[in-house]
Amino acid sequence: MHLDELADFAAEVRKEQQESKHCIRVCMAAGCQSSGAAAVLDGLKGQVDDDANVHVKGVGCMGLCAAGPLVEIESLEASSKTASSKTLYQKVTADDAEAIVDSLDAEPVERLRCSTDIPFFAWQKKVVLENSGIIDPEEIKEYIAADGYLGLVTALTELTPADVLREIKASGLRGRGGGGYLTGLKWSTVAKMPPGQKYVICNSDEGDPGAFMDRAVLESDPHRVLEGMVLAGYAVGADHGFVYIRAEYPLAIERLKKAIQQATRQGLLGKNICETRLSFDIEIRLGAGAFVCGEETALMASIEGSRGQPRPRPPYPAAYGLFGQPTLINNVETLANVPSIIRHGGDWFAAMGTERSKGTKVFALAGRIQNTGLIEVPMGITLRDIIETIGGGVPDGKTFKAVQTGGPSGGCIPEQFLDLPVDYDTLRDVGSIMGSGGMIVMDQSSSMVEVARYFMEFCMDESCGKCVPCRAGTDQMYHLLDKIVKEKATSRDLALLEELCDMVSATSLCGLGQTAPNPVLSTLRYFRQEYEEKLQDLAVAGSGQADLARADSSASETEETK
Amino acid sequence: MMQQNRITVATTWLDGCSGCHMSLLDIDDRLFLLAEKVDFVYSPLVDAKQLPESVDVGIIEGSVSTDEDLHKAIEFRKRCKFLISLGDCAVSGNVPSMRNLFKLDDVLDRAYRENVQVNPQIPRDGVPKLLEKVQPLHGVVDVDLFVQGCPPSAEVIWNVLSELVAGRTPDPTKLTRFGA
Amino acid sequence: MKGPGTASSVRVVTLKINDHDVSARESESILEVARENGIRIPSLCQMDGLSIAGACRLCMVELKGSSRLLAGCATRVAEGMEVLTNTERLRKYRRMIVELLLAERNHVCSVCVSNGRCELQDLAFECGVDHVRFPYRSAVYQVDASHDWYRVDHNRCVLCLRCVRVCDEIEGAHTWDAMGRGINCQVVTDLKRPWGESDSCTGCGKCVQICPTGALVKHGTSAGEMEKDVHFLPYLSRMRHWE
Repeated sequence: MHLDELADFAAEVRKEQQESKHCIRVCMAAGCQSSGAAAVLDGLKGQVDDDANVHVKGVGCMGLCAAGPLVEIESLEASSKTASSKTLYQKVTADDAEAIVDSLDAEPVERLRCSTDIPFFAWQKKVVLENSGIIDPEEIKEYIAADGYLGLVTALTELTPADVLREIKASGLRGRGGGGYLTGLKWSTVAKMPPGQKYVICNSDEGDPGAFMDRAVLESDPHRVLEGMVLAGYAVGADHGFVYIRAEYPLAIERLKKAIQQATRQGLLGKNICETRLSFDIEIRLGAGAFVCGEETALMASIEGSRGQPRPRPPYPAAYGLFGQPTLINNVETLANVPSIIRHGGDWFAAMGTERSKGTKVFALAGRIQNTGLIEVPMGITLRDIIETIGGGVPDGKTFKAVQTGGPSGGCIPEQFLDLPVDYDTLRDVGSIMGSGGMIVMDQSSSMVEVARYFMEFCMDESCGKCVPCRAGTDQMYHLLDKIVKEKATSRDLALLEELCDMVSATSLCGLGQTAPNPVLSTLRYFRQEYEEKLQDLAVAGSGQADLARADSSASETEETK
Repeated sequence: MMQQNRITVATTWLDGCSGCHMSLLDIDDRLFLLAEKVDFVYSPLVDAKQLPESVDVGIIEGSVSTDEDLHKAIEFRKRCKFLISLGDCAVSGNVPSMRNLFKLDDVLDRAYRENVQVNPQIPRDGVPKLLEKVQPLHGVVDVDLFVQGCPPSAEVIWNVLSELVAGRTPDPTKLTRFGA
Repeated sequence: MKGPGTASSVRVVTLKINDHDVSARESESILEVARENGIRIPSLCQMDGLSIAGACRLCMVELKGSSRLLAGCATRVAEGMEVLTNTERLRKYRRMIVELLLAERNHVCSVCVSNGRCELQDLAFECGVDHVRFPYRSAVYQVDASHDWYRVDHNRCVLCLRCVRVCDEIEGAHTWDAMGRGINCQVVTDLKRPWGESDSCTGCGKCVQICPTGALVKHGTSAGEMEKDVHFLPYLSRMRHWE
């Protein structure tokens, strides 16, 4: 497919789309599906029947999961051929289908309406999620109509791999999986490795509790990730890609499979893409539910068919990766940014965000917050804007206590830092990390020691068991935390816990163990009092007399020997 | 030797085999040297029946397995300025702690019912109550010095005691180990 | 993992270990070079002739001017490196790692067949572990005595996975592997069939010889009687890599 062919195809689809006066979009992402979106879609289709004026389709995540199932109506203005108006309905049931269809050419159904002027929608800036909730993720033509694959075809026909690399570097994009490593640097390292078999891996093993950014992207706009992977393959000289995705994401897997088939059929994937010399295949590999397989060396071991355990680095995957070959591993969201960067240029991307953190970031808002759901905001926005303005603050008149970012590797950020800008470095400075984008809000009723225990239990369960500090250390730390929660611990237990935190983070083999103490360390840093309140007095015996006794007895003995 | 400057030492055995005390006796003729400088004010090896209010050095053999062991450990800690955990049972729980892998009731059943032919019954009167889990000494009280070994050799015990007598804090870590 | 380098590819670097100047081939690990120069770094999972696991974390070393620790077994030397192997911080961490191992399973030295010939015991001694501050987990582990000649006692296993590697890399049988995760990890034969029923086990006994503790032992041994001999390994490993 050449550029003009792609443009013609896109124009054709757009024309087709404008033939129907009303477009009804039903969110069919996992969140809304779990609250009955499939029945809503069926109900609406049944009501519309074969009215050519109305087009009903399932789309990806619209973001405001708390109000699901969500249905959006886009209607062409009577006076114009292009301008349209949008109406969003929330908590829709199948029984509402009739009312919604009846209202199409009349007044909207007020009782179901969800305002789109609220900050939750107005304050967002969508790059990765630009098509999410708008296009049907199971139709490649909808992605193409939204300028999909334009970046790829442009790159293949008009740019060299070095040009692509240059744009990625210029964009300042950093890894969205948590580490924040410069994507351009990673790509160019793999590109510089001698020619030969290389691989591109899309890390879709999203596993942080409360995080569902990658799932939403894959469910809502899978072609975007595929396009990013092919572009990466072109830039680094790889001809084979793997999507490593957790089996707990069946819908994402299904849509990804469909997307791969469709892209291959359109000649956008497979042999001689767009009749150029580039060939790139993508295979899906399912993770079997081990959190540690999100760690890149464990992930590769898992793809190779071995036990999913990390190995020491270096050598890094860029030099010695999958099957011993140079390998580029990027997270879903990172790759999903790539098509937009190639389409609009690296400078466009770099204009968003802060000095050292460019672009936008997708966050999954969860916990004690009004608007739970998925948002995409420019880097550098304050936590307060995210939580209070976009997220609608803490519900039920409770007060905010802390926000947990970065999942089990992250930390809890208290009220005093809410006005800090969200970027990689600032979050690290206050003892947390950006992580993959999970944000769990806690109110006054949350016990921070219990929060720390929860995450430690998670790490203990997910430790692969290979290295001693993580395997045995997380177990001991969990039990010490449990003892503190149950008010059976003493100051000595707390001291031992802190020693363990230090040792486990310094000596563990991979990121899981190295960061497992972070939730404890950050809650100790800001909420130490909560730990101390739970401590018991030292037992009757001993109680710090040991040193005194030693000094006393040595003194008397010294006298005695003279 | 001035009588009032002699060190007072108290020893006791908790759940163990008394092998560590035997090893203490194995210092043989050096017992006489020890006797010049140390008063054993309370011990299974001497006649005194009362642990004095204040003792310089307490030495405990065996793990903490019964409520009586626990009581003794606490009393020793209260009254002894310097407390030594002697031997693997006291230091790590050792053989007595192997019952921790089982439920206490199962252990009692195995010992007093399943393998008994005549009048099987679990003794309750006049015997100390077993704790649910066996603990090393430092699991229940603070300990100042650990002397590993099963049992620690007479040499190690002699070294520890003579260092104390000389007014130094002993360091047996280079002389003995677990299972020695 | 590593075969003998060809003459043309060998480059020699100089570095400092504990302020001693030493020279080394670029392909060597910090641990190897330290050993060559008589500098002892405690280690458990590493074994000459087997691939690198980097699992026990005892051989962690410091680089001057950096707070990040490196595993001595898995890190290659580099020109101008200044390695410290025995700082107070490292000693503290090593002690804790050994304590964690002792608390993890049921290492009752006094009645163990490997008493006095056990690497874990030696490490505890070397690292000054005179008691374990962590509560003993006292979890129940199986003993599999189904094999005609050998026995595996999971109570004593430290999960160094040397048995897994020697069986796979030297004997080529891959009878052993690890199952489960985290604290529930354990070594298994033939996808957790009893050892005696293993189809793949050749009975060579290499796993028994290189097991650092009393986890893999011969039948008919009593406390302290299990003698092991690992001298075959470097020789076999050399012969295997002789292309």
